[in-house]
Amino acid sequence: MASLWRYVLAGLGLAALLAGILSVVYLTTRHAPQLAGTDISRSKTTAHGLFVASFEPEKGAIRQGELQSWLLTLKTVAGTPVQGAAISVSGGMPQHNHGLPTSPQATDYLGDGRYRIEGLKFTMSGLWQLHFAISAAAGSDTVVFNVLL
Amino acid sequence: MSWFSRLLLLMAMAVLAGCGKPEFSDAEKKTIASLALNTLPPLKADTTNRFADVPAAAALGSTLFFDTGMSGDGMVSCSTCHKIDRQFQDDLPQAVGVGRTNRRTMPLAGVAHDPWFFWDGRRDSLWAQALTPLENPLEHAGNRAAFAHYIKARFGERYERIFGPLPDLSTVPANASPLGTDAEKAAWSAMSDQQTEDVNRVFANIGKAIAAFERSIAPPQTRFDRFAIDLATGAKPKDDDAFSPEEILGLKLFVGKANCVTCHTGPRFTDNSFHNTGVPPVKGLPPDRGRIDAVRQVEADPFNCFGAFRDGDASACGELRFMVKAGPELIRAYKTPSLRGAASRAPYMHAGQFASLDEVVAHYSRAPASVEGVSELHPLQLSDRERAALVAFLKTLAD
Repeated sequence: MASLWRYVLAGLGLAALLAGILSVVYLTTRHAPQLAGTDISRSKTTAHGLFVASFEPEKGAIRQGELQSWLLTLKTVAGTPVQGAAISVSGGMPQHNHGLPTSPQATDYLGDGRYRIEGLKFTMSGLWQLHFAISAAAGSDTVVFNVLL
Repeated sequence: MSWFSRLLLLMAMAVLAGCGKPEFSDAEKKTIASLALNTLPPLKADTTNRFADVPAAAALGSTLFFDTGMSGDGMVSCSTCHKIDRQFQDDLPQAVGVGRTNRRTMPLAGVAHDPWFFWDGRRDSLWAQALTPLENPLEHAGNRAAFAHYIKARFGERYERIFGPLPDLSTVPANASPLGTDAEKAAWSAMSDQQTEDVNRVFANIGKAIAAFERSIAPPQTRFDRFAIDLATGAKPKDDDAFSPEEILGLKLFVGKANCVTCHTGPRFTDNSFHNTGVPPVKGLPPDRGRIDAVRQVEADPFNCFGAFRDGDASACGELRFMVKAGPELIRAYKTPSLRGAASRAPYMHAGQFASLDEVVAHYSRAPASVEGVSELHPLQLSDRERAALVAFLKTLAD
């Protein structure tokens, strides 16, 4: 009888151990950032390799729910600033099946390949995509930046 | 150590791991903290209304807000639908002024934080919003010439102390408006440019005074806010502040699986944007396509931020300047309403489509297709228990 009792106890112990491991796994995976692996780099080569584009907030941090200006900096692959580019902006949240809540525009050329993109607003947390269509003397190209809030 | 004691040790560890599971993860805690009222930023100055923070303007605005003289039939004031003891709304599926409208009255707590006004955002400032019902034949059913005369006769001295001298209205018709009856429109067309400008100026100032008053209407702290502060600081909730297991489940669903916080975000539980969530139209009401039609209306409004009656410079007009003007997602898109106090102000949605929060949550769980355009919702398949928990949580925003 004593050995049967031991087996029951061992079974219970293993079940409890399993529950413990599962809860540890559950707790740690919940902490993992969503959409890990999404390319959120702020600088990249455009789709056909015509330009190197960087995209960052004009004043440091991203603020949710407020109109913000960002800077799009365009250089050739050789590092020469791109002047006189025509830029159109679109985008949205792919996971929520909707576009941008505002219509951002390139409003100013600040020199040194830097263009001010005004009217951006990130109304919710999650993954945002911004598509830029760029047309300059070197040709036309596109680039997509992911912004994760 | 014998194998038996090792087993005991393992069991103890397993039990501890199970018991040590906190109620909320760090990510959940961060989201919950971002919803608490103490994160609401102070009200920004409204540079388009230089009287926005002038106490005398707010006082006059308050008088006008409750004055039934501000209507065509002398029976309707702003407070007819925006009832002060009912969160500044009227508990009706559609507001009733001089006639029955096609939209639910919106509550006013925290309204001055909004970038867009009405369910569809057809106005871009609080003062431009306040003018619109005054001339709607189903709401106040007045006309701007009559309002200018009324202000001069009834509140002339108070008006002039705030806004400066009233114009000479002696030759302005008693009733005239570009939006009124045929007779009022004809009278308006016959007025000189100076006269229409003078009347529009007095009319705009009425809106600016009412807006100054409405800026003082702030959302009160709720049980949820006290719970959120305790959760963030690690303090033990006092008495009724502690959440029941059902309320905790509801909050976890709200910030997690049910995706409510996607749009109901920040301390006002709104992203201040417009979404098609497949809410059905109401039989018998005129066609209502939401944001897509409002875009033209706000662009055409002479009192919008680009208009002649804005104070300050055009740098305040970013929302209008960078407004989305087209796109399928604007069809039947309506503003995300704040959820503060919502539990005690049925019915719900832009035309009072749902009688209870149970119906609202059931709709969001089922996610039916929109009659026009595409709903942004995805079905959630919430259980009865989960739906009830969400409703229980929403009630903590009204306690």
